[in-house]
Amino acid sequence: MINVQPNLAMDNGPNNPKDSETVIQCDLKELHYGAFKAVRDTRIPIRKGEVTAFIGPSGCGKSTVLRCLNRMNDLIRGFRFDGNVHFRGRDIYHPGVDPVAVRRYIGMVFQQPNPFAMSIYKNITYGLRINGYRGDYDEIVEKALRGAALWDEVKDKLRQSGLSLSGGQQQRLCIARAIAVEPEVLLMDEPCSALDPIATRKVEDLMSELKEKYTIAIVTHNMQQAQRVADRTAFMYVDTTQGGRTGYLVEMGETGQIFEDPTEQHTRDYISGQFS
Amino acid sequence: MPELIDAPAPSQSAGSDQPNLNALERSLRKPRTFFSVLLSILATLLTIIALVPLFSVIFMLFYRGGSNLVASNFWNLPPAPFGEGGGFGNALVGTLVMVGIASLISVPFGILAAVFLAELGPFSRTANVVRFCAKLLSGFPSILAGVFAYSAVVLVTGGFSAWAGGIALSILMLPIVILTAEEAIRMVPSKMREASIGMGATHTQTVLRILLPTAMPSILTGVMLAIARAAGETAPLLFTALFSNYWIVTNNQLDLNQPTASMAVLIYNFSGVPFENQVQLCWSASLVLVLMVLVVNLVGKSLSSRAPQR
Repeated sequence: MINVQPNLAMDNGPNNPKDSETVIQCDLKELHYGAFKAVRDTRIPIRKGEVTAFIGPSGCGKSTVLRCLNRMNDLIRGFRFDGNVHFRGRDIYHPGVDPVAVRRYIGMVFQQPNPFAMSIYKNITYGLRINGYRGDYDEIVEKALRGAALWDEVKDKLRQSGLSLSGGQQQRLCIARAIAVEPEVLLMDEPCSALDPIATRKVEDLMSELKEKYTIAIVTHNMQQAQRVADRTAFMYVDTTQGGRTGYLVEMGETGQIFEDPTEQHTRDYISGQFS
Repeated sequence: MPELIDAPAPSQSAGSDQPNLNALERSLRKPRTFFSVLLSILATLLTIIALVPLFSVIFMLFYRGGSNLVASNFWNLPPAPFGEGGGFGNALVGTLVMVGIASLISVPFGILAAVFLAELGPFSRTANVVRFCAKLLSGFPSILAGVFAYSAVVLVTGGFSAWAGGIALSILMLPIVILTAEEAIRMVPSKMREASIGMGATHTQTVLRILLPTAMPSILTGVMLAIARAAGETAPLLFTALFSNYWIVTNNQLDLNQPTASMAVLIYNFSGVPFENQVQLCWSASLVLVLMVLVVNLVGKSLSSRAPQR
């Protein structure tokens, strides 16, 4: 594994030695899209070598929060973030930090499989090429495809278009593409919602393998999926009392505790299917 | 109750009155049926009437132009009055050269402007101004492009030239290239843009490696449309390249600083003369120009069919 030393600007933010296990500490005060307050008061630690799941009803901001962790929301017009996200003790929202460099270490897999309109091989090497890496691509391509449990299915057609694969294969290709650059963290935004149950099962099995090398944060609509794959679960909910629809973190804990013995009434209602 | 599930339709109508089957017959006495039929006939009729002038123009072109078109037309110079043979070779070359110059100017500037409009500052004040100007220019009277190039190039350099003609045509091509290329870049699915950004690509890398290659077929379609428009323009060339009865190449040397013939201006010149042979050549040149534009359009169409579906 490449020794990852993020070349991010230093920041005076907290670098608490107690949190040595925490790779990303998200301390979100308020998040706006234009005048719309989308999320408030959400503090989520992402711990090393674990799968952290974000669950909650539609519109609670779980995808928005996930996309804050590698500054993907910067692309959205009117986006405003109050708070910090510390990645290995450095605030990635510090003005001196290059979001492009952040995304190199915190990769992302999207809801819709989105391979590029190029060959499978070139899809995998894209991250290497844009980062100016020169070396043995063949070895990395094989390693990434094996890592995404796709090698046996595509090893004879690496020159074919990535778009020629089935939906489930495309999603695993996207995972392979993301891990080819050996990120520290993999963010997955509902990675199985466009897949059939068999492909979903494969991606879930893959997550359990990948968490040995990579820290994973996943947004899911599927509570069974969270129970199957996540070590810790964050439950978010929508607050409609102040006029808008603002999402916030209700509670976070071990997955077993959240699903069997939640402390908050909202969580209890949601996981038992009684939501308004 | 399985029998209810198996036969829901009879059970719904059972017991109620039978429908009046006469009501199912089509009758023109019903006002809405009558209007529907009347308007269908009217629409068909007006379509045919609208097509009459279009087809008659094309028919005349093929009939008058095709009957005298011979291969030597393509490599001979325009004939003198009452002369024999002759052709539009120099005009064909002149059109190709000037459209080429115009493309070399408008395509790079147009695509870069489109990248700015679609990616760098789509909501900026600059983008709004540029977009507005491009839309305004796309309906710009072509004679004004000619007058502009006349004052900006012909008067400055001291003579009519292929350069001036190319620059005048590029003014007409530029807005078409900008607007179609912007649209083409916007049509690239945003999930591809996100995938690239999410991999840690810079904006430039995303544009060069993902957006432009994916959008290229549609961009080239726009370029072809622009070329097709420029190839048929007369007014801008009258002020800038004028016309010439001689080849643009002298002593194997391409000379772009002299008055240059073009198909459109040849047609313009010869359409008003009383000499039968020149009028004949005018028809042939018209047919060839139309076919050139048609070919360019077909190439553009075939490129756009290769564009990725959204």
